Amino acid sequence: MQIIRDRAIVDDDFVHVPDGAELPEAGKPIVTLAHYARARETLLARYPTVGVRVPSDKLPTDIPELARVALVAIEFPKFTDGRGYTVGRMLRERHAFRGELRAVGWVLRDQLRYLERCGFNAFELKPGKPLESALEAFDELAGTYQAAVDDPRPIYRRR
Amino acid sequence: MYQYDDYDRRIIVERAQQFRGQVARRLTGEITEEEFKPLRLQNGLYMQLHAYMLRVAIPYGLLSSTQVRKLAHIARTYDRGYGHLTTRQNIQYNWPKLTDVPAILDELASVEMHAVQTSGNCVRNITADHFAGIARDELEDPRPYCEILRQWSTFHPEFAHLPRKFKIAMTGAPGNDRAAVRFHDIGVRIVENAQGERGFEVLVGGGMGRTPLIGEVIREFLPKPHLLSYIESILRVYNLHGRRDNKYKARIKILVSALGIDEFRRRVDEDWEASRTPALELPDAEVARVSAFFAPPPYQVLPADDQVGVIQLGRDRVLGNWVSNNVDAHKVPGYSAVVISVKQPGIPPGDVSDTQLDAIADIADRYSFGHVVVTHTQNLVLPDVRTSELPRLHAELRALDLGEANANKITDVITCPGLDYCDLANARSIPLSLEIAARFDRVDYLNDVGDVSIKISGCINACGHHHVGNIGILGIDKRGEEFYQLMLGGSPGNDASIGKILGRALAQDEIVDAVEKVLDRYLEIRESPDERFLDAVRRVGFDPFKVAVYGSADPLDAGGD
Repeated sequence: MQIIRDRAIVDDDFVHVPDGAELPEAGKPIVTLAHYARARETLLARYPTVGVRVPSDKLPTDIPELARVALVAIEFPKFTDGRGYTVGRMLRERHAFRGELRAVGWVLRDQLRYLERCGFNAFELKPGKPLESALEAFDELAGTYQAAVDDPRPIYRRR
Repeated sequence: MYQYDDYDRRIIVERAQQFRGQVARRLTGEITEEEFKPLRLQNGLYMQLHAYMLRVAIPYGLLSSTQVRKLAHIARTYDRGYGHLTTRQNIQYNWPKLTDVPAILDELASVEMHAVQTSGNCVRNITADHFAGIARDELEDPRPYCEILRQWSTFHPEFAHLPRKFKIAMTGAPGNDRAAVRFHDIGVRIVENAQGERGFEVLVGGGMGRTPLIGEVIREFLPKPHLLSYIESILRVYNLHGRRDNKYKARIKILVSALGIDEFRRRVDEDWEASRTPALELPDAEVARVSAFFAPPPYQVLPADDQVGVIQLGRDRVLGNWVSNNVDAHKVPGYSAVVISVKQPGIPPGDVSDTQLDAIADIADRYSFGHVVVTHTQNLVLPDVRTSELPRLHAELRALDLGEANANKITDVITCPGLDYCDLANARSIPLSLEIAARFDRVDYLNDVGDVSIKISGCINACGHHHVGNIGILGIDKRGEEFYQLMLGGSPGNDASIGKILGRALAQDEIVDAVEKVLDRYLEIRESPDERFLDAVRRVGFDPFKVAVYGSADPLDAGGD
C-alpha cells in the first residue's frame, strides 16, 4: 500500500495488525493500543520497530511508554471527528514524540494541511482517493496566523 | 478600521484559490457531497430549501463604504438584488450559483472580505457591541481584541472539526451588554479589577438553540496577554470532550452543564498550565499595532449643547420621533450614533437591496467617515454622525425607505429566515414579522409601548433568538399545521433571562392578536410610562397576560399543549 510520508508518496513499510490477527514473522507491525498495552514487553522484544494504532477517544497519556513507540497512528473514524488534531499537537508539544505520527481512517486531501500543522507527518488516505494530486494540499494556505507544531510562534511574533 | 497587510491579503487570496479547486473536484465527483459539505460550510456556503446560501463574514460588524459597495455589486451581479443582514452581524445571499461562488470570493478578497468559517463546526465570526468605540458607557474598545481573535481563529488547524459550531462575542461596556455575551459559547467582557487594571471576564457555555442556557463565569479576571492561550485551552477541552454522538447535545454548553462549571474550569486550567508558553502571550506592541487601526476618526471640536433635545421637541414630529428612537448618545460632543432601521413595512427584516446598499455607502462617506456597522438586531449603524446633520440625513434615509423610527420598538423584529428559505424550519417567520410590522405601524402606539423586543424563530434551533425576546415567538409544527408558541420575559443583556412559554400554542391567525393583547394588558398594568414591558412582566408575573390571551389564568385553559 502507498501512503504519504513527509510530503512524498512512498510504499508503506509498516503492516497493520488488527486485534486477533496473526503477527508478521518480521518487519514493522502497527498493533492496536489494546494489544500494545497488553503485550508491549513481548512486542518490543520481538520487533525493533513497533507502531500503535490509537482510537480517536484516547489521549497521549493512554499510551504506556510512548518513548519506545516508533509510530503512532491516530484513527479518524469520520473526517469530521476533530479530536485527533488536538491529540497530535499534544503528542508533539507536550510529550516530545519524535516518531512517525500517522493519520489513518477517513483521511481526505483537504485535511492534510491542518493535520500537518498539528504534527502529523504521515497519511493513509481513504481508499480510492488519488495520492498524487493530494500532495498539492500541503502548499495550500501557506500563510498562517497561529502557533502550532510547524511554528511555535503566533503571527505577532513573526510578522 | 483594520487594514490587511500582505500577510492577511495572501491568506484570503489563497483561500479563494483553494475553494476554487474544491468546487472543481466536487464537480468532477472526486469528492462526494458528504465530503464536500464541511468544505463548503467553512466557506460560508449552505444548502438551503431552494438553493445555496452564501454567508459573508463581517468581523465585529464593521464595514467600510468600499466594502458596502462591493456587497451591493455582489447582490446585483450574482444574486437577486438583495442581501440579508444576520443576527451575527454578517450578511448572507440567498440565491448564488455554486459555480459563481469562487468568483464571489475573489470579489470579496479584493475588498479584504471573505466568507471564512461563517458556518460549519468551527470558530465563527467574532461579534461585538455595535456601538464599540463610540459608546459613552464603554470602558475600552473591544474591536482590537476581536480582530486579534479573528486572526487567531482563521484557519486554526486544531479547531476546524469541533463537535459543533462555536461563537464568541465581546463587549467593552461591562455595564451595558449589547452583544449578548451571556448567550455565546464564549463571552468576553472587558473589565477593571480592584487594582484598576484592565483585563477580561470570560464566560462560557451560554447559548440558545434547543437548550437555552446563560453563560457562566469561568474566569473573573484574565490578564490581557493571556487572551488567546486561555481561549485556546477552552476550545481544546471542548474539542476533546464535547459530545459527538448527538448534534443536539454537542455544543459546549452541554459539556459545561454536564461537568459543572467548577470541573470544566479545572480541566481548562490544567490544560492551560500545560500549554501556555511565553510565545503565546499577546505583546503590548501587537495590541498597539492593531489598536491604531481603530483610532478615533478626525472629529471636529464641537460644543456640547443639546441639539438632540432641540430636534426632539421641534415642530417636525416625524424627525423628532426618529431622533428619539434611532439616535444614540455618542462619547464625542456634537456627534451621534444613528441606527438605520432595516425593518420597513412590507420587507423581510434585515433584507437590504443593492440600491440601498450603494446609497448607504455614499451616505456613510458623507456623514460618518465612511463607516457602517451591522447590528445583531439586523439593522445598520452610522457610528459618527454630526448631530447638526441629523435632519438632512433623516431626509435622505426616508427617500431610500430607510427612515423608519422604530429602533428597539415592537416592529424592530428579529427573525430567522424561517420556512420561506430554511429546510430546518417548522413554520414561516418572515410573514409573521411582516404582519407585526403592518399591525403596529402607528408611531404613537410604538412610542407608548416603548422598548420591547420581539424575536421570532421558525424552529427550536432559535436562529431568531426567541428565548431572549421580551416577547419570543417560536414556530412549531402541530399535525402538519404551523403553530406558534408565545414566550415572555427574555433578555439578552446584563439582566439576562430566558423567556418562558405563556400557554398553549396559537394558530397563525391568532398569534399577532395575542401579541397585541399582551401589549395592551401591559399598557393597563404598568406602574408608570417609565416601567418597561420587561420590568412589568417580571413584577406581575404571567397571570394577567394569560387572562388577556387565553381568557383565563387557569393552566387548563392556558396550557394543555
